[in-house]
Amino acid sequence: MQLRDVARILEAEVLTGEDKLDLTVEAGCGCDLISDMLAFTKERMIVLTGLVSPQIIRAAEMVDLVAIVFVRGKRPTPDIIELSNELGLPIMCTHYPLYESAGLLFTAGLPGWRHWPRAVGGAKDAP
Amino acid sequence: MRLEYHVVGRDFQAAGGAAAKIKRTLRQIGIDAETARRVGIVAYEAEMNIVIHAYRGTVGIDILPERVNIYADDEGPGISDIALAMQVGYSTAPEDIREMGFGAGLGLPNMKRYSDELEVESQVGSGTSIRAVINLPTKEGS
Ligand SMILES: Nc1ncnc2c1ncn2[C@@H]1O[C@H](COP(=O)(O)OP(=O)(O)OP(=O)(O)O)[C@@H](O)[C@H]1O
Ligand SMILES: [Mg+2]
Repeated sequence: MQLRDVARILEAEVLTGEDKLDLTVEAGCGCDLISDMLAFTKERMIVLTGLVSPQIIRAAEMVDLVAIVFVRGKRPTPDIIELSNELGLPIMCTHYPLYESAGLLFTAGLPGWRHWPRAVGGAKDAP
Repeated sequence: MRLEYHVVGRDFQAAGGAAAKIKRTLRQIGIDAETARRVGIVAYEAEMNIVIHAYRGTVGIDILPERVNIYADDEGPGISDIALAMQVGYSTAPEDIREMGFGAGLGLPNMKRYSDELEVESQVGSGTSIRAVINLPTKEGS
């Protein structure tokens, strides 16, 4: 699906990267720990998180994430929005909690890591 | 070509900046996305370990024709049991650090997983040195 479908399904407010909503998203992952995200995500994935921290944006750049969705109505602070703008990383927030956000996207056809076609190396120990 | 950056313990404003610059530079000089991502992740985990667990240090890379060498050296408390520290889930990160999203105990395992070679050396009361190697893809393979 496209990033704009993610925003629509989650009734999300797009905070940065409005111009990138036609990007393709191939899988999703929910994580609240930075090292988890680095272990279990790749390019063309989105991350759903309840962790509002500038570090998640830095880490997102390392794995070439398509976007970050902040769940449960959490609002990123201005420094997070500024850094995302600088890096050209789309971020959005939804009022849905993590479990429901993941469920809505999964039901709409967005798989998790297990279905990720190009998983390298450590795919077997992914959740 | 060598890149090297200073890293300051507990400076969460700058934290992650060295790894970001390393990754961007690799992309700019034409290194493939997958290699740049792997180097970026290893450098990021090494940098964050200095920020979180040590006092100060340096993170850098040497770009060679067939591989990228990553190094991270710090002045800090050191690691007394490296085998234990390498285990998934082992972390001594305090509560305030965990609230920022660290402390999964996955940093060293991630470094191991994304690199082709990893060496950890440490002297308790003095500091820790990390050496990682990531091979560049061969022409036919990429
Ligand atoms: N540079 C270092 N200096 C001193 N101790 C370290 C250093 N790097 C790692 N350690 C020790 O090894 C443990 C495991 O490190 P690792 O990076 O795997 O996990 P973490 O940093 O605790 O959490 P995470 O990286 O998942 O956020 C740390 O909790 C710490 O006790
Ligand atoms: Mg760590």
